[in-house]
Amino acid sequence: MKLKPWLLKVKKSQLLLPLVAMILVMAVNIIHDVATGAGAFSFFKITLQQTTSNGTILYGRIIDILNRGSEAALLALGMTLVVSASAGTDISVGSVMSLCASFCCMLLAGYGVSSTNDLAVPLVVGVLAGILMGCVCGAFNGLLVARLNIQPMVATLILYSAARAIGLLVCNDLIVYIRNDSFGFFGSFLGPIPTPIIITAICIAILAVVLKKTALGMYIQSVGINSKASRIAGLNSKMIIHLAYILCGLFAGIAGIVASSRITSADSNNIGLYLEMDAILAVALGGNSLGGGKFSLAGSIIGAYTIQAITTTLYALGVSTNQAPVFKAIIVIIIVAIQAPPVKAYIRKRSLNKAAKEVA
Amino acid sequence: MEENVVLTARQISMTFPGVKALDRVDFTLRKGEIHALMGENGAGKSTLIKCLTGINDFEQGEIHVDGIEEPVRNHSTKDAQEVGISTVYQEVNLCPNLSVAENLFIGREPLTGFGTIDRKAYTERAQKIMDELGVAVDVTRNLEYYSLAIQQMVAIARAVDMDCKVLILDEPTSSLDDEEVEKLFNVMRMLKSKGVGIIFVTHFLDQVYEVCDRITVLRNGKLVGEYPIVDLPRLKLVAAMMGKAFDDLQSIKSDEAEAISDELEISARGLGHTGTIKPFDLDIHKGEVVGVGGLLGSGRSELARAIYGADKANSGTLKVKNKDVKINQPIDAMNLGMGMLPDDRKAEGIIEDLSIRENIMLALQSKNGMFKLMTRAQQNELADKYIRLLSIKTPNRETLVKQLSGGNQQKVILARWLATNPDFLILDEPTRGIDVGTKTEIQKLVLELAKEGKSIMFISSEIAEMLRTCSRMIIMRDGEKVDELSDDLTEENVMKSIAGGDKK
Repeated sequence: MKLKPWLLKVKKSQLLLPLVAMILVMAVNIIHDVATGAGAFSFFKITLQQTTSNGTILYGRIIDILNRGSEAALLALGMTLVVSASAGTDISVGSVMSLCASFCCMLLAGYGVSSTNDLAVPLVVGVLAGILMGCVCGAFNGLLVARLNIQPMVATLILYSAARAIGLLVCNDLIVYIRNDSFGFFGSFLGPIPTPIIITAICIAILAVVLKKTALGMYIQSVGINSKASRIAGLNSKMIIHLAYILCGLFAGIAGIVASSRITSADSNNIGLYLEMDAILAVALGGNSLGGGKFSLAGSIIGAYTIQAITTTLYALGVSTNQAPVFKAIIVIIIVAIQAPPVKAYIRKRSLNKAAKEVA
Repeated sequence: MEENVVLTARQISMTFPGVKALDRVDFTLRKGEIHALMGENGAGKSTLIKCLTGINDFEQGEIHVDGIEEPVRNHSTKDAQEVGISTVYQEVNLCPNLSVAENLFIGREPLTGFGTIDRKAYTERAQKIMDELGVAVDVTRNLEYYSLAIQQMVAIARAVDMDCKVLILDEPTSSLDDEEVEKLFNVMRMLKSKGVGIIFVTHFLDQVYEVCDRITVLRNGKLVGEYPIVDLPRLKLVAAMMGKAFDDLQSIKSDEAEAISDELEISARGLGHTGTIKPFDLDIHKGEVVGVGGLLGSGRSELARAIYGADKANSGTLKVKNKDVKINQPIDAMNLGMGMLPDDRKAEGIIEDLSIRENIMLALQSKNGMFKLMTRAQQNELADKYIRLLSIKTPNRETLVKQLSGGNQQKVILARWLATNPDFLILDEPTRGIDVGTKTEIQKLVLELAKEGKSIMFISSEIAEMLRTCSRMIIMRDGEKVDELSDDLTEENVMKSIAGGDKK
């Protein structure tokens, strides 16, 4: 069997397995839909719906997955860079999200105010300050990892446990509610499209352009593979690792604003809870090695949405919220195992043998 | 199986993506012989060895080992060790953060009656093994504490201690100095007298003729032939490896007087780095090739690293082109027109998971800055230019650099620096682990660069090589610059100066 050149390219690509995983999840949906008589393509159906609060909006399962997967996708962007550059993970991103949300809401409401209708500072100031807080956290993590050579897991463990508490401290132990529609915008709709989808798309686009148009991508990979050799070749390895952590914090900050805007409040205990794990998983599902080095941004993004698709699918199949993690785990094991080197080697060997037989 | 034969490989074939690495190769090793495996870079030496040791899964052929009925097919180095094949590789594959003793016994620790590790026996046995080899080490210290040369000896000791029938030494001498080489040869001769078959891979022809009994030559993955050493004099061997008659190595230095200008390129005064190199003065002129000689660990590399900023100098001043400069890190040096090819290719040279194209463009790109990414067309052009110029053997420019043979990797790093068009290029052991043909090419290249007015610092363990290329030599001893030779540059003088003592 001869493959066409572009097919061969797809077959060799790192994206093959993440894509297959995504398609599998969709296939399960389609089978379920057919079995329940909902129509083969109701999974993909996007309709316009009238709502009282948001006017006419897009509605459908795909939209739902893209919308709810936004935070994980944003985190996965930064996580990909961090994993590649430092061969370690930033486990603080979920907590940093929460801190950024708290900081932003505190500024908007004023210190010690638990609920407000009027903004204490302009919206832009609060939001940018929240995002900036993310960068500061990233810079702190980067300082520990790049300059002090602390292992990434240990270094980020500090903010993992502290950031949420700092958030509560900033908010004077209150859950701050912002009852102002302008703040809710980031978690609701721009016209018919959910704003988180737009924000994520813009972030992905900007990062993709940066990686395409500058040498940052190659620098990060080079440092991740061999930081000593990179230094001799003129790269500032420490600075590049530091930068990766700052970018990771930046995306955590943006994700924090989105998550907080959805519920128009800063709920320190729940925003971004366990989301760092989804982000790390997204990177792994995307076929990226957690040992650093080569990375595929597209892989991580597909990975993030695949995780969300699995969750949404399980709910659609009627699995209860409490049991969903079990099924999620089973699916993840399968996807990760397919990508494991020994399994890959086995598959390749089989196809080689087959090819040899065809020749003979 | 023939009498006295300990290992035979028949019709071994192996394909890598795009390359037929081995094509029906035969190999026979007898008891108590030292058998040189020769060939240029990419001839298939390392591939064949990896087939024997179970790292490569060859596609065709059979391997037989003395005392075992069935054909042997190893799937891991552990399998290979069990049938009596032990290996010491070009690059030391031990754990630097474990002690020497631990490295010796990893995976086969002596146990007490309770099944726990017998620490005492451990240390004693390890010390005994190292003492027998005549290597003075404290086996309880971490391996990273010792020089690369000692680490290599530990690797050999580990292999030797495993009662092997076949010992494979893949470029073991490339990081050893003469004295250590001699020690290794004594060990090899001792093992030979015990009936061990030794496969010796090296690029040093002298060493082949010093210890080996027999030579097998490979070229482009094919067997050229197997010869007793007396039947294959040096010139014939080189011809067999290259597949053509060979113009003499000696004749590369042009007779015309070299035009070294008076212009200073580099001028160091009291430059030093505490703990590695004592303060030194050094002037290098435009268009000059300066050699740096000395034993391993004498501060050769450290001298270069202090100038280049790889280890930031903490005393003294440095002038580049007569301007005072401060170099904090390599990029500063690069911006002043320097480049450095480091001696440890694996640790500081190649970025193994990146492609040849990316490896070549890396230094130029970092000089240009992150925001001025070369277009893909420029990148391709650059890579293709140097692949052609240095005849790097590869299917294409997108091949990962880790898939290349050692010599070709070295060429890639050389290309990386040539691409930056440096005025002052430091070459630290540029010909280590490289075949004779490529060695000559690199030496010729060095002379050409000097003719173009570039200054070169050439560091090497081979004095002959430096005599052929350098117009002046600096001699290092114990972290100190002890001598400079220019007019009286002969092998004898250099040796005397390196050894120290009676001169002066």
